[in-house]
Amino acid sequence: MGGALIRMTTLPRRPAAGLQGSHCSGCSVTVYPADESCPRCGGPATPAALSGAGTLWTWTVQRYAPKSPPYKEPPGGFTPFALGYVELKEGVRVAAVLDVDGLDEIRIGMPLTVTAGDGVPRARPTHTREEDS
Amino acid sequence: MSGDVLICGAGRTPFGRSEASGRQLAVSAVGAALADAGIEWSRVGAAFGGSDSAGLADTLVTQLGLTGLPFVNVKNGCATGGSALISAVNAIRSGMADVVLAVGFDKHPRGAFDPRPEDWGLGKEYGSDGLMVTTQFFGMKIQRYMYDHGITPHTLALIAEKAYRNGARTPEAWRRKPVSAAEILDSGMVSDPLTRYMFCSPGAGAAALVLCSPEVARTLDTPAVTLRSAAVRTRRFGSFEVFSPWIPGGELTSVSRDASAAAFEEAGIGPGDVDVCQLQDTESGAEVMHLAECGFCEDGEQERLIAAGATEIGGQLPVNTDGGCIANGEPIGASGLRQVYEIVQQLRGAAGERQVPGAPRVGFTHVYGAPGVSACTVLSR
Repeated sequence: MGGALIRMTTLPRRPAAGLQGSHCSGCSVTVYPADESCPRCGGPATPAALSGAGTLWTWTVQRYAPKSPPYKEPPGGFTPFALGYVELKEGVRVAAVLDVDGLDEIRIGMPLTVTAGDGVPRARPTHTREEDS
Repeated sequence: MSGDVLICGAGRTPFGRSEASGRQLAVSAVGAALADAGIEWSRVGAAFGGSDSAGLADTLVTQLGLTGLPFVNVKNGCATGGSALISAVNAIRSGMADVVLAVGFDKHPRGAFDPRPEDWGLGKEYGSDGLMVTTQFFGMKIQRYMYDHGITPHTLALIAEKAYRNGARTPEAWRRKPVSAAEILDSGMVSDPLTRYMFCSPGAGAAALVLCSPEVARTLDTPAVTLRSAAVRTRRFGSFEVFSPWIPGGELTSVSRDASAAAFEEAGIGPGDVDVCQLQDTESGAEVMHLAECGFCEDGEQERLIAAGATEIGGQLPVNTDGGCIANGEPIGASGLRQVYEIVQQLRGAAGERQVPGAPRVGFTHVYGAPGVSACTVLSR
């Protein structure tokens, strides 16, 4: 069911695509979103397309509507949503809204796939039989 | 450059909601600190102070008196009070003045803080999609910590329960009604795993300290407390902070760990020597983690220590004896100096119903805040 949602596109940044980060080879530091310089050494960083595959490192649920502005309620009104940090195989932990079927299914370590779109990164469960436990 | 610096006067206002302006509260706290020291305003040779959102401290001279003293504004987030204090210490050590004031005050609107993404170097989408909420960070940091170190929600509830119990014994606290652990767990989830009653609220209040040289202290009647050290640090690479679109992999660094280690090193003593301490408790999870980050226990030990009452007023290491931020609320600029005020009362044996038994000799304070700053002090009598 579902499966990883990977949309292929040649557009470099905004529209739904892989995550565009950057990497400093000297420090072995990968960051998201992309930055021209490395936050560790201040030297130049090179653009890096991130795989988006990772596991949930931590999470919470936003139980009440955030103050508006800056928050924009979705058309159907506010409903509690999950968010967290997904640890990608590149070693960076990326903040993302978690698009899960139910808030009860969230577990640290669950496999997730992160995609970039118009808003903040979003993560969906990666369904692979051997990793379900 | 060293040399003892003493705290000869400490004052605070009640914290909470107030009809008074932040500046009026500040004037009141300064007056209380001067009266405590038995020193006239005209004797103060320099002043440092600030608020996050209630105005400029140097304008207080209109009410305090136009004596011509140098008065420096400090704006350093949650470390505003701590940074003012360190500036005051350095003013005395450098010989700039022998009586110096540090003051912090604030007055915030109701509800959570509402920062703007552009002020934090973030894209607009972090605001419009609902990720600019401080409580999310607190929830996510303790969520991972509980997973790594076996801390339970019951322990989070016990910390808030203690805060309200100690607040009930503190005349100036905001939340003065005891609340049971069961009520705290049932008070409604805000940002999992943290419930409503586990959080402090932004509020109003002010605190002030009068510092002096040993020569001045000898001429005063009030028992002075020695400020053994004061240290401020900003984050290093690898820390987990509020409003971060990403954090580095690997083990986390901690600015609280860095600042507390610096304060202990300067004081020449360790966490094991501390008899009473004040730790930043914006919510229950923060107190759990700061106990370890400041060196008072190993990661995970909190589960046993808190259940055994170790951090209660009668325990082996009383923590947040005045109810901390949870019972006092958080007027950002005043919070750090409120902690020092409380330690001064405890070391003088003047803390009334909440006095730590056994005549404590050494105290410690710790604040932490965005965007990764911490200030710590070690005090003794």
